[in-house]
Amino acid sequence: MIEARDLSKRYGDKLAVDHLSFTVQPGTVTGFLGPNGAGKSTTMRLLLGLDRPDTGSATIDGRPYRDLAEPLRVVGALLEARAVHSGRSAYNNLLVLAQSQGLPRKRVDEVIDLVGLGSVAKKRVKGFSLGMGQRLGIAAALLGNPDVLVLDEPVNGLDPEAILWIRNLLKRLASEGRTVFVSSHLMNEMAVTADHLIVIGRGKLMADCTTEEFIERSSEKSVLVKSPDATRLAELITADGGVIATTDGDELTVRNLLAPRIGHLAASAGIELHELAPQAASLEEAFMELTRGSTEYEGSIGDAPAEGSAA
Amino acid sequence: MTAATAFPPTVTDAPSRGVKTARLLRSEWTKLITVRSTLWSLLLLALLTPGFTTLLVWLNEHNWAKADPSQRADILADPTSFILGSGLAFSQLTICVLGVLVMAGEYSTGSIRSSLLAVPKRTPMLAAKCAVFAFAVFVLGEIVVFPSFLLGAKIIHNHAPVSLGDPGVLRAVIGGGLYLAVLGLFALSIGALVRHTAGAITGVIAFVLVLAPLAQLLPGSLGKHVHAYMPSEAGHLIGQAHQSKTDLLSPWQGFGVFCLWTAVLLGLAAWLLNRRDA
Repeated sequence: MIEARDLSKRYGDKLAVDHLSFTVQPGTVTGFLGPNGAGKSTTMRLLLGLDRPDTGSATIDGRPYRDLAEPLRVVGALLEARAVHSGRSAYNNLLVLAQSQGLPRKRVDEVIDLVGLGSVAKKRVKGFSLGMGQRLGIAAALLGNPDVLVLDEPVNGLDPEAILWIRNLLKRLASEGRTVFVSSHLMNEMAVTADHLIVIGRGKLMADCTTEEFIERSSEKSVLVKSPDATRLAELITADGGVIATTDGDELTVRNLLAPRIGHLAASAGIELHELAPQAASLEEAFMELTRGSTEYEGSIGDAPAEGSAA
Repeated sequence: MTAATAFPPTVTDAPSRGVKTARLLRSEWTKLITVRSTLWSLLLLALLTPGFTTLLVWLNEHNWAKADPSQRADILADPTSFILGSGLAFSQLTICVLGVLVMAGEYSTGSIRSSLLAVPKRTPMLAAKCAVFAFAVFVLGEIVVFPSFLLGAKIIHNHAPVSLGDPGVLRAVIGGGLYLAVLGLFALSIGALVRHTAGAITGVIAFVLVLAPLAQLLPGSLGKHVHAYMPSEAGHLIGQAHQSKTDLLSPWQGFGVFCLWTAVLLGLAAWLLNRRDA
């Protein structure tokens, strides 16, 4: 279990983390979401004792990271920036870490095989691709077989196959009862990986709930209706209190009225329906809605990015 | 990628082996010997020390008759210091570079973050790094300095005979390795303070080669004192068989001053390491 209490961190005049408190429970994958510059990496560095918080404290299984005697056996971490020596081979980078924790060499071979770096293990990390570097970082995180995993953007730079592999790995680690805390700015990736979400914007906590709740809470729901007689159906819906959000030929997007009611209206008027689909807002849309105005680096093109990026 | 099928937790359940200090030392030793910069630097030390000893001692031997009388007097007063100085004057730079790289390299590559995740108590990590590095440089230093001295002594034998059995000579030659070890720690501490490879290397080399010797140009007794207490200048006094009339400090006193400087800088480095964000 990870606990952050009232964490703040200031770099110069920028408040990167602003009185943040949350708990990450074991047995589930907890997604840590936020736009770029929201303070995700800083928060993780505070959890891991790399940076000192200005206020508050963070504990892992009840103890500050700096008090852990063999930390890699308790917490496995993947940091955003590469954290290995580029002049050293993958194997030797892991060996250095293993020796510091009193772990046998055999464990290094195990994690190298686990992440599929066997063929390049003796090569210097200098020549590694971004994806290979991420795999090495994940191998380092798993080295001590820890109960807690803190992973900063683990799917960054990975190909779809590897992303799927990470996703399954995270779920499996969580199902074994481990605490899995994963940051990402890829909302849709989190939607299929995380059970629980902690969302921050500008260093402040914006949401701490299950993934389903998050989507439910953050976005209006709508119903997609297709009918050859869309115009007449639209009139009936409006008369019944529904709102036609968009019209596109025989396609309507309806808000404020649930699908069964629309179906009932159509049936009782004898209108043919080709499609009647409740639209769950994507995590992407929910996230955009929640963090609107809290992004650090706002783009200047258009003011409705959520529409275009809905998946 | 089928690796997700196997997540073997078995071997980590074994109780951890070895005491904590031994684990730290082993880990730092692996760090040191698994990067090429170490091998290159130490190889250079092993080649340059006898190389420069041979070259400079031979040049002096060859030009003995034409040399300035005061220069001959200097060599005759302490041939040991002359021979050791010939070899180490330039080869010591390899240790300056390596010392910086050992610490600043962790910052430039980012591996400092892994190191601190593995050993969040930062002072023991720094201490283990120092111990391993100083030990390695001392051992290799002795292996390099002894034959270099014997080589130089053989070359200059006709004009300035000296042997390991003469008073103070054995201590001075052993002192060559001691000096290199402390110089390595001195450079390491600068690397830890500056955290930037190029800047720290420039700083250390400029200090050891230029700034410290220049201090004697300061006027009068001030210059003499400042120069005598400069870290590297005080440190290489250990390579003298006996204290010369012009030196303020004895060989051991000078070496003590060098150790003190290094200890203060390492203390500062440890304090900052604990305070700074990594």
